[in-house]
Amino acid sequence: MPLDQSAKPNGFSKVGTRPLRPDGIDKVTGRARFGADMNAPGMLIGKVLRSPHAHARIRSIDASAAEALPGVKAVVTAADFADRQDEFRDVLVNIMARDKALYDGHAVAAVAATSTAIARKALALIKVDYEVLPHVIDVEAAMRPDAPILHETLVTKGVEPKPTKPSNIAARLEFGHGDVAAGFAQADVVIERQFRTEATHQGYIEPHACLASVGGDGQGELWVCTQGHFMVRDTCAALLGMDISKLRVTASEIGGGFGGKTTVFIEPVALALSRKAGRPVKLVMSRAEVFRASGPTSSTSIRVKMGIRKDGRITAGEAELKYQGGAFPGSAVEMGAMSAFACYDLENVHVVGYDVVTNRPKQAAYRAPGAPMSAFAVEGVVNELAERIGMDPIELRLKNAAKEGTRSAYGPTFGPIGLIETLKAIKSHPNAKKKLGPNQGRGVACGFWFNFGGQTSVSLNLNIDGTVALAVGTPDIGGSRASMCLMAAEELGIPYDRVRAVVADTSSLGFNDVTDGSRVTFASGLATIKAARDAVRKLCARAAAMWGIPEDAVVWEEGAARPAGPNAGSFPPLTLREIAAMAPKTGGPIAGHCEFNAENAGPSFASHLVDVEVDPETGRSTVLRYLIAQDAGKAVHPAYVEGQFQGGAAQGVGWALNEEYVYGADGRLQNPGFLDYRIPVASDLPMIDTVIVEVPNPGHPYGVRGVGETSIVPPLAAVANAVSHATGIRLTDLPMSPPKVLAAIEAQRMAKAAE
Amino acid sequence: MVQVRLGGTLQSYSGGRSSFEVEGATIGQILAGLGEACPRLKPLLEQGVAVAVDGEIYRGSLLHPVSPNAEVFILPKLAGG
Repeated sequence: MPLDQSAKPNGFSKVGTRPLRPDGIDKVTGRARFGADMNAPGMLIGKVLRSPHAHARIRSIDASAAEALPGVKAVVTAADFADRQDEFRDVLVNIMARDKALYDGHAVAAVAATSTAIARKALALIKVDYEVLPHVIDVEAAMRPDAPILHETLVTKGVEPKPTKPSNIAARLEFGHGDVAAGFAQADVVIERQFRTEATHQGYIEPHACLASVGGDGQGELWVCTQGHFMVRDTCAALLGMDISKLRVTASEIGGGFGGKTTVFIEPVALALSRKAGRPVKLVMSRAEVFRASGPTSSTSIRVKMGIRKDGRITAGEAELKYQGGAFPGSAVEMGAMSAFACYDLENVHVVGYDVVTNRPKQAAYRAPGAPMSAFAVEGVVNELAERIGMDPIELRLKNAAKEGTRSAYGPTFGPIGLIETLKAIKSHPNAKKKLGPNQGRGVACGFWFNFGGQTSVSLNLNIDGTVALAVGTPDIGGSRASMCLMAAEELGIPYDRVRAVVADTSSLGFNDVTDGSRVTFASGLATIKAARDAVRKLCARAAAMWGIPEDAVVWEEGAARPAGPNAGSFPPLTLREIAAMAPKTGGPIAGHCEFNAENAGPSFASHLVDVEVDPETGRSTVLRYLIAQDAGKAVHPAYVEGQFQGGAAQGVGWALNEEYVYGADGRLQNPGFLDYRIPVASDLPMIDTVIVEVPNPGHPYGVRGVGETSIVPPLAAVANAVSHATGIRLTDLPMSPPKVLAAIEAQRMAKAAE
Repeated sequence: MVQVRLGGTLQSYSGGRSSFEVEGATIGQILAGLGEACPRLKPLLEQGVAVAVDGEIYRGSLLHPVSPNAEVFILPKLAGG
């Protein structure tokens, strides 16, 4: 169905306002129910035994003593999950190790018992005979020919001729166009740098948690904290050999996900335990388990080379990206490669990427997966180019920025995009004019994210009192229920507080893809608009029947059906409330539906400007000011759009300055807790300033673009560029933690003293 | 005929060829035509790809119409966080 672009030409009465979110009171009073908050009669406690080795062959597992322990009702291992060779194979092996443990924390067995204490005791009674194997943690080390091999059957894809030997390089890929050698030949300045970033965790506050119940008739229910309960249902049904219709999954409230809850870890295990025990099983990860055994992002090694003319025009860009994605193929290198130079209008660009496996937990998506790392490297070189030719870094970016009609570095031509508008917004903002003091520096960086749509279903039911029950199937992570209510209210012409949105379970609604790709306000929002328009058509038809005139002689305006014109007849308007009240006697319930595949999400660009102060005595960086300008297309709920901008920046600051997975020589994670894995807290950050840019997305009737992910793309580079400006030293490895910065400052002092 | 260009890893399955001329009025027909023109690509196309038509990325719309002069890029399957 073509979108009606003229439906809301100027005047929004609800969209663009900032009402309270419907889940807000529950969340601040503790009434909201998260993953671990659900209980069931006869419920057992599940616990998982995890490998202490980074890489080990599992010779045998003896669970007989655990099974004999009073209070233990079930023990499961890989033997309880049928092997398979399809697209679920890696997930299957990740949720429960089969012949080998592939990382420290890999699940090898699980128990269900009548108490936590008994479950823990049972884990200690399970005897696993390991043959410890050499391991590899570092991405460059994993690519060497003599590296320990994780998978004997893994050969590098994307290489001709097809390799005959196994490798830890799962795939090689490339993007680009033009002739980079010719481009570099035209340049006055060419800069080439090597960068590294460490693995970071999404750091969601709520650990993975679920309550599973499988009855004797083979029918199951699952309550779970997830970004996508339909995905959980389909994956678990496949891994357990169940019909999809026999598993009903309900999404709890969610305490953060950021991509890390777009797959399954404990859910199939809890279902298998419940099926074996014949009782409900609750399984909750500890924070240490979250770090060791859920999905952090990739660590990377990146080389970037760029050339520029003295007039500020970039002539070529080249990059080599190496991303390790943990123990299975599927790092985000492909999207890192595609997005690396997406902010720039380049005639000559070439990116090569390598997807590498290591003895670490299988990486999961993390907010704009793959993009922050490649942007960190490219934006660092762009800033250095600006310094070398003596051009303001914002001016240089404006001169080279991608715009409508630019052929993107990854291939397709951009439609209307707002990068230039975001650059102009930071350039004219008061923060750009603040004077800097000693040891202070200013950094700028840009970022891009594709944004996605996806399969979406929404039902909109009119109640007899004229209120509206809106059922969506995408878990609400960032306030999306408020945005859905605003869009429904806008279309129906009724107050915001007369619409209530719920996240419906998998048996109550058609399929929905997970909440990812910055898709929900765009895709579920579009489905809500379509469902509301479906309901309006039915409301008009009902009014027409009540008036005895043709359906096409009725229009919907300001929350009421009205005759389309004088020829249609003279009838007083029938409001939504009046039609709903008469519905039982005029044909029955009225509802609107939409089931579709949303496309044309429209990319979002951002520009960030940050000021930091670096303490030369300790190497500690303090963020003084932070400014974000990002294209939202149309901000449905501006406060939550700003919140997405700020949240992404806060996570990016942590990635830039402190966060990293630290492994010992034994391949074990050394810092699986928030005490030693330092995420920014409120006192670490200033109030983050925001500017919402609105360049409408032609793929949405209101112009909406997703905003959730782009905001984490620029901060790694923006902060690094600011630290470089403050210290006069260009650091190329993240995190720029105090010891690393201090060492660089001291090396600089020594070098100056030696001159 | 529609000119279809390949991005990313796909080119290594086409012997380095970066574009093909195929018949087709929809994304599905174009993918089928591409699979016939280059059988080594077929398994990848069946696993799922994204298709950019005139700059707009489609991930699940085999029935979407494509005009003969459209810009068509085949991209890897994409997902977000």
